[in-house]
Amino acid sequence: MGGCAEVKFILAILSLFLSFQASAKIIPVGSRQQFKTVTAGIQAAAVGDTVLVDAGYYKEKNLQILKSIVLIGINYPVLDGENKYEIISIKADSVEVNGFKIIRSGHSSLVDLSGIKIYDSRNVTVKNNILKDTFFGIYVQNGLNCTIENNQVIAVGKGGEQQNGNGIHCWQSEGMRIIRNTVTGHRDGIYFEFVKNSIIWRNTSVKNVRYGLHFMFSNDDTYVSNVFENNGSGVSIMFSHRIKMFNNFFEENWGDAAYGILLKEISDGYMEGNYFSKNTSAIYMEGANRIEMRRNTFKNNGWALKIQASCSDVVLERNNFIGNTFDVGTNGSLVLNRFINNYWDKYEGYDLDKNKIGDIAYRPVSMFSMIVEKYPSAMILFRTFIVTLLDKTEKIMPTLTPENLKDQAPLMKKAF
Amino acid sequence: MKKIIKYVIFDILRNRIVLVYTLFLLASSFTVFSLEDSGSKGLLSLLSIILIVVPLVNIIFSTIYVYNSAEFVELLVSQPLKRKAIWLSLFSGLASSLAIAFFIGVGIPVLIYQANIIGFTMIAVGITLSIIFVAIAMLATVRTRDKAKGIGVAIMLWLYFSLLFDGFVLFLLFQFADYPLDKLMIGVTALNPIDLGRILILLQLEVSAMMGYTGAVFKDFFGTAIGLASSAGALLLWIALPLWFSTKLFNSKDL
Repeated sequence: MGGCAEVKFILAILSLFLSFQASAKIIPVGSRQQFKTVTAGIQAAAVGDTVLVDAGYYKEKNLQILKSIVLIGINYPVLDGENKYEIISIKADSVEVNGFKIIRSGHSSLVDLSGIKIYDSRNVTVKNNILKDTFFGIYVQNGLNCTIENNQVIAVGKGGEQQNGNGIHCWQSEGMRIIRNTVTGHRDGIYFEFVKNSIIWRNTSVKNVRYGLHFMFSNDDTYVSNVFENNGSGVSIMFSHRIKMFNNFFEENWGDAAYGILLKEISDGYMEGNYFSKNTSAIYMEGANRIEMRRNTFKNNGWALKIQASCSDVVLERNNFIGNTFDVGTNGSLVLNRFINNYWDKYEGYDLDKNKIGDIAYRPVSMFSMIVEKYPSAMILFRTFIVTLLDKTEKIMPTLTPENLKDQAPLMKKAF
Repeated sequence: MKKIIKYVIFDILRNRIVLVYTLFLLASSFTVFSLEDSGSKGLLSLLSIILIVVPLVNIIFSTIYVYNSAEFVELLVSQPLKRKAIWLSLFSGLASSLAIAFFIGVGIPVLIYQANIIGFTMIAVGITLSIIFVAIAMLATVRTRDKAKGIGVAIMLWLYFSLLFDGFVLFLLFQFADYPLDKLMIGVTALNPIDLGRILILLQLEVSAMMGYTGAVFKDFFGTAIGLASSAGALLLWIALPLWFSTKLFNSKDL
């Protein structure tokens, strides 16, 4: 009868779990409830309890969450920071904040006041919130395994870079999941500094003052299926290693210092399936090493690729270049990168053996793009007869353009 | 004066060269629009036609026409007519028939395929360029009595405006690269109607590449109402000044 005893034992343990769960209380907060303020509700809650906040308007100054509780808002109760306070400060593990409308945090140039700030905690979830007119939106400092999901972060301030914080800001964190958020009007939409092993998935970052996404010193991160549109200067990835980028959209980042994506001092990156359209420069690379780019689409950009001579071992394979004013721009004659099997709509070669690969190499750097790189004012001669003539002669006998920058096997038809 | 204009237009139509020119423009515009998969790409190809072919045909045809009608002009001068009226009606006849040819040849296809602000700019620039090169041709003919020399001058002028001038600008850019030339460049473009027309169209067409720093400087100027008005004014000056000079010269010319 040993088996029966075992079953009993398991049942006993299960019931223990059940009773433990049943002990988690629900604490209602609202104008007609027992607790009138969220602060009082949180104070009354024990570890594991749920504080359920009715719709309404709450001025709670700074809400401190110091224990593992779940804070849920029904129909978006408003938490107002009166332009003075940080609104929610999370300083405990496994906290969840869900369904609030958080408005008007304080602004400060000394402290990074935020709508929601997570301090040194793990497994925190912040989801389904609306943040409006906050200095920093959601700020994670020293977080581990936190989830930031389905929030709308909107800055209303018209201030420049200094009067405006970042939408979602992560610092010194690991294992972050940033999913399906929308960020508008902040300094940087999403900002990562010293963040490792994290994923950014299905976010929309539009019309931010500086960058849609900004990486600094963050390694082993992946971002997938995000939309970066109309930001001050696009997306910037700096001093980071082993970043993977899949299926992102980079659109309409216009201006002199605006890039679809800026890659500076990064190495071992991988980019696939991204779509760049209508950017002044779709990709600007400086000091980038061992980057692989496959199956990306560059359409209607000013420059599809600006690759400085300081880059090495960058591989471009099976990308589509369509309708760009200039395909590739560079600043020197040293080429340590490889272009192969890309589709270039400006390619004028032929395919005699019908293997769908052009028989002569394509040189994506035109003479005029070299001239413009050196003398920007020469842009005024764009599409003149003399420039076309120069480009044609240069194509036949390269003198100024780097001899080795060419696609040995360009595709005759689109790569995909 | 009306009668002379009418006569000139009829004479040109009978000449058939303008008819061929119209058909050529019409054929190339329709081909360009049906070949390219996107309409804006078609506009780009059309841009080269407008900037190279239109000035060339206009300047050479006008030059030859004015030389060939020298006897007709002499006959008119012997009548009680003002020389100014004769010269201006010759100009009006030439300019209007060539402008109409351009409008039928390029304007109608553009209106069919790309009836937007870019298309309208293109038509306006093309028509203005047509008239400008008629005026320049007439200045060239009135200065030289010899027909061969006159046609040579016309070809040289076309070469200058469509090629040499830009080469000169490029040279200038290389030589003075250390100085901020962006503002100066705007002024320099006013010295060449083809450049002015090209930039007016390009600013509508290819925004992303022009939006770099220099592009922004140009856009700041040409994109504003003042810039637009002054570049339109510059183009009109390109019609008015050669015409005024040639009329003055024709008035005192020993025929």
